[in-house]
Amino acid sequence: MFESTALNDKNRRVEKLWRLLFCAMTVMLVVPVLLILGVLVVKGGPAISMDFLFTDPTDGMTAGGVFPALIGTVWLVAVALLLSVPLGVAAALYLSEYAPDNLLTRIINLAIINLAGVPSIVHALFGVGAFVIFFQFGTSILAASLTLAVMTLPVVIVATRESMQSVPHAFREACWNMGATRWQTIRHVVLPNSISGILTGVILEVSRTAGETAPIMFTGAALFLPYLPQSVWDQTMAMSLHLFVVATQVPGVPEHLPFGVALVLISMVLAMNAVSIGFRMYLRGKKKW
Amino acid sequence: MPPTSDTPLAAGADADAARAQAPSSSQAPDKVVVQDLTVRYGDKVVLDKASFEIREHEIFGIIGPANSGKTSFLRALNRMDDFTEGMTVEGRVSLDGRDVRAWRNVYALRRRIGVVFPLPVGLPMTIYDNVALAPRLGGERNKRELDRIVEHCLQRAALWDEVKDRLDSLGSLLSGGQQQRLTIARALSQKPDLLLLDEFSIAVDPVTTMRIEDVLKELKHEITIVLVTNLVQQARRLADRTAFFLNGECVEVAPTEDLFTGPIKDQRTRDYVEGRFG
Repeated sequence: MFESTALNDKNRRVEKLWRLLFCAMTVMLVVPVLLILGVLVVKGGPAISMDFLFTDPTDGMTAGGVFPALIGTVWLVAVALLLSVPLGVAAALYLSEYAPDNLLTRIINLAIINLAGVPSIVHALFGVGAFVIFFQFGTSILAASLTLAVMTLPVVIVATRESMQSVPHAFREACWNMGATRWQTIRHVVLPNSISGILTGVILEVSRTAGETAPIMFTGAALFLPYLPQSVWDQTMAMSLHLFVVATQVPGVPEHLPFGVALVLISMVLAMNAVSIGFRMYLRGKKKW
Repeated sequence: MPPTSDTPLAAGADADAARAQAPSSSQAPDKVVVQDLTVRYGDKVVLDKASFEIREHEIFGIIGPANSGKTSFLRALNRMDDFTEGMTVEGRVSLDGRDVRAWRNVYALRRRIGVVFPLPVGLPMTIYDNVALAPRLGGERNKRELDRIVEHCLQRAALWDEVKDRLDSLGSLLSGGQQQRLTIARALSQKPDLLLLDEFSIAVDPVTTMRIEDVLKELKHEITIVLVTNLVQQARRLADRTAFFLNGECVEVAPTEDLFTGPIKDQRTRDYVEGRFG
């Protein structure tokens, strides 16, 4: 009486098939990542050396290193984050903890979603109009970083808000019932338990920002500068734009050079992501409920 | 129990006693007066024109089936509607003769009212911090004073002996029954003069429930307790007077024993306590 029926057997076969299909799809995702990394390492690997990382480009950018671009990218990302993280976290705090569910809040939420969907080249043109021309920051790190900040804001806001929303509502109610204000509740309960998610979101954003080209090419990034930026009012080189330039704009570049630049850029991004993942694992180990 | 002469709860009780001197009738004065209280969530009326009073130093039971408005009453009492989208309150609830809406500082009001929820909520911080949070929010910084409050409250909640050696482990990782006692300790750390218990024994084993019930019987000499419960027998064991809520209506308020054996106004009350519906 416990024999399986024909229908049971069929279900089991179909189940196996689906499982195989989904597994195959997932594996296919990994293929492009491995291919990209593989090509970069094989073709760009020979270019990498300490000299490559720490010297200026020479001979009309057909030789030498990437040092100014490396430093420039660090500048751009750092300033962009300094601008977007406080603003984004504050906005997310308001939306998650204070905002009533009314028309205004919905419009704000809609605006954030739409801001995230704006193509980066449009952000670039906005940056030129707003920061370079209207605010007269000129083409500078400040203008470029502001443009990057506007672009990263929605992601910071959404990541932060989601992270805060994952803190159970019962914790807030318990705290309110004790006579805590909303701010005290945020400070003692919400932030300590959402900080890991917030930081993870921010770090992932860093890596995305580092690779952006369009928003900075009109607002502050230069093709070639023989010196390092001294303040946010200077222009700067950047890894992403440098890659674009050596790959397409300069004749006579040896093949390993652009691949080397790409390898350095993607290594920066992957290193950031690794930090982010490690951090998340560390904090998840300390999960408190 | 530690000496109670200078405990915060005893101090609160003294203040209450002083306030209670005014009317000289033999009956305890009213702690909470509810007049025509109506609570709505959106358009849905969950409590309809309830009127009754809760006396000082009694355990006031509220029984009734689900969706009868018991929890909504508690939420109206400490003005959770301020923080709850779509919740509106009409009518009047007064605490010590003063309309709760008239408190300009809602946080001061809530500090005087301790709340324990159906499901224990151990905040994701250490046991010590759970109990020290309310005093800290109230500005207490003195480490020795905090130590004293933590020990006192945990002892009152019958949890001290089980956790005194691991006060720095996470409160949210205690067992359900322990967490519920932690929640009670936390509520007591506010030095409340009114304690609201919302079906506190749902997630607690019978032995722990009995221990907490013993604690409540002792506490009522110092503070006023509102006990919402869907265990009729629990109300019978603990409550001096009990209200029966049904579908948002406050059907009956009477000395608890009357609901079971004495004169009642409404047959539905007897039907409910005897288990004929609900």
